[in-house]
Amino acid sequence: MHVPDGFIDAPVSAVTGVVAAGAVAVSLRGARRELDERTAPLAGLVAAFIFAVQMLNFPVAAGTSGHLLGGALAAILVGPYTGVLCVSVVLLMQGVLFADGGLTALGVNITDMALVTTVVAYAIFRTIVKLAPHRRRTVTVASFVAALVSVPAAAVAFTAIYALGGTADVAIGKVFAAMVGVHVLIGIGEAAITALTVGAVVAVRPDLVYGARGVTARPLEIRDSPLAPAAPGAVARAGAPAAEPATAASQTPASETHETPEPAATREPAALPQRSTRRVWLAGLAAALLCAGVVSFYASASPDGLEKVAHDKGIDAKEEDHAAKDSPLADYGVKDISDARLSGGLAGVIGVGATLAVGSGVFIVVRRRRATAESERG
Amino acid sequence: MGAGHAHKLYREGRSPVHALPPHCKIAAVFCFVLVVVSTPREAVWAFGAYALLLAGVATAARIPAGYLLRRLLIEIPFVAFAVLMPFIAEGPRVAVLGMSLSESGLWSAWNILAKGTLGVAASVLLASTTELRALLLGLQRLRMPSLLVQIASFMIRYGDVISDEMRRMRIARQSRGFEARGVRHWGVLASSAGALFIRSYERGERVHLAMVSRGYTGTMPVIDDVTASRAQWMHAAALPLTALAVCLTGWMLP
Repeated sequence: MHVPDGFIDAPVSAVTGVVAAGAVAVSLRGARRELDERTAPLAGLVAAFIFAVQMLNFPVAAGTSGHLLGGALAAILVGPYTGVLCVSVVLLMQGVLFADGGLTALGVNITDMALVTTVVAYAIFRTIVKLAPHRRRTVTVASFVAALVSVPAAAVAFTAIYALGGTADVAIGKVFAAMVGVHVLIGIGEAAITALTVGAVVAVRPDLVYGARGVTARPLEIRDSPLAPAAPGAVARAGAPAAEPATAASQTPASETHETPEPAATREPAALPQRSTRRVWLAGLAAALLCAGVVSFYASASPDGLEKVAHDKGIDAKEEDHAAKDSPLADYGVKDISDARLSGGLAGVIGVGATLAVGSGVFIVVRRRRATAESERG
Repeated sequence: MGAGHAHKLYREGRSPVHALPPHCKIAAVFCFVLVVVSTPREAVWAFGAYALLLAGVATAARIPAGYLLRRLLIEIPFVAFAVLMPFIAEGPRVAVLGMSLSESGLWSAWNILAKGTLGVAASVLLASTTELRALLLGLQRLRMPSLLVQIASFMIRYGDVISDEMRRMRIARQSRGFEARGVRHWGVLASSAGALFIRSYERGERVHLAMVSRGYTGTMPVIDDVTASRAQWMHAAALPLTALAVCLTGWMLP
């Protein structure tokens, strides 16, 4: 998603550069307020972490893999200001050192990937955390939703920048559909990884998750052990050495369970891998259906560019009808349903269903074949 | 942390380009890219002239062409995007090799390819002739906020440390028989990422304490300040000024 030089024209690049500089200046001030003089080392180390974690490959299926973009993760873990700062520094270094993303497009890249992602993710995260019951599970769910929305939001921001100063002559609608479509898929992966990562951090060091401050941290509570004698002087007065180790032993585990939720927390991630697949699948399916049903509702209102050009130029005069024109889904609409948009949406949903059925069929066949091949070899 | 910390992208050398002060080089590269981006895309010859200019700089810096070309591979994703452009763009169509392609799409593809490649080549030349520390010092000389420079320098210094930590975690996972094959293993990888975050953050706290105990008050002392003479500025400006001349000619000619 790193934009190279020449993709966005010079004036818009300059404007986004100013926006990015402003955002970085505000974040510098905000981060200094949050972290005071610890800003430099802490933000630097978190930036190094973001840089490293972008190299961690998450296998998807059939040899493909994805990686984290990190905007939402940074916002939730270290707060919006430090988050913007860290991701901007990562982008700056990638641009200057690795030539990944153009120098003149640095403003575009920072506005798009550091500013929009982080701010959107943090706003959504805080809203959910505020509204939902204060539990650890809320934090995980909120980070899932925040990351899920933040990636397409960046795609929308990119489309807006492109609409203002794109050099290529591609219709905005197409750019929008392609960018948002692809990034909804990326967003699902990003959301799953972000939620799992934040969950892992919350389980061990809830105090480090900036966005969840006040949610997971319980106020210090001083309780009397039920086995402790009522008066502090009682033990000393009784002088019974046998009673003392007993009280001490019963006190320690009791106080531990009261103060930190750690034993329960460490159990949680162990149970995750079994459940996570199904949840990811369901979320992906829901998003695909949503795209197909709702987005095509708007997109299918006008025919696509090639068809339109063909129509305008009269190229399609001799166009032969497709062999499947009588199929119930011809021209992306369901027969016998008169409302064009509804029918288009329905056709999209059916299409997703069919693709899913064929895709999973192929997947199951491949897996079975591989399994038999392996058992034969073994 | 002193020796052996030159980044892998830097190419040791003693050339006039290596010897230029870093802030001159950064400013020159930035201006050059800016000029390239604002050149009209119809002036095809101008981009050839820019490429020749960069080739001249590479020769002066004694950077072999093969090295430069290999580093250019980073822009492959966008090449793929540019190749798609003639098929999806609007406008009048021309027939090329039996395919109907959009004329403006072809121009857009050319535009992105030419400007993107030149930009990447210029950045690669900058990174391979400038040491990391000098690069950061140059950014500071160009009035980038010192806090931002500090953050960047910490990121660069500890980037290798954190990446190594991640590599060790991977080896630890592998030596326990773990192999990530699909979505069902994301939980394990994500908890590694979480642990990595905690370690990085705690390392940041330790680094801060170590710095405070050595008298850190919020600013880093500048011990090797670089200054540039007028002659050095002129040398560095040769590249963007020539490019500017080419660009202006490109605008003048129809």
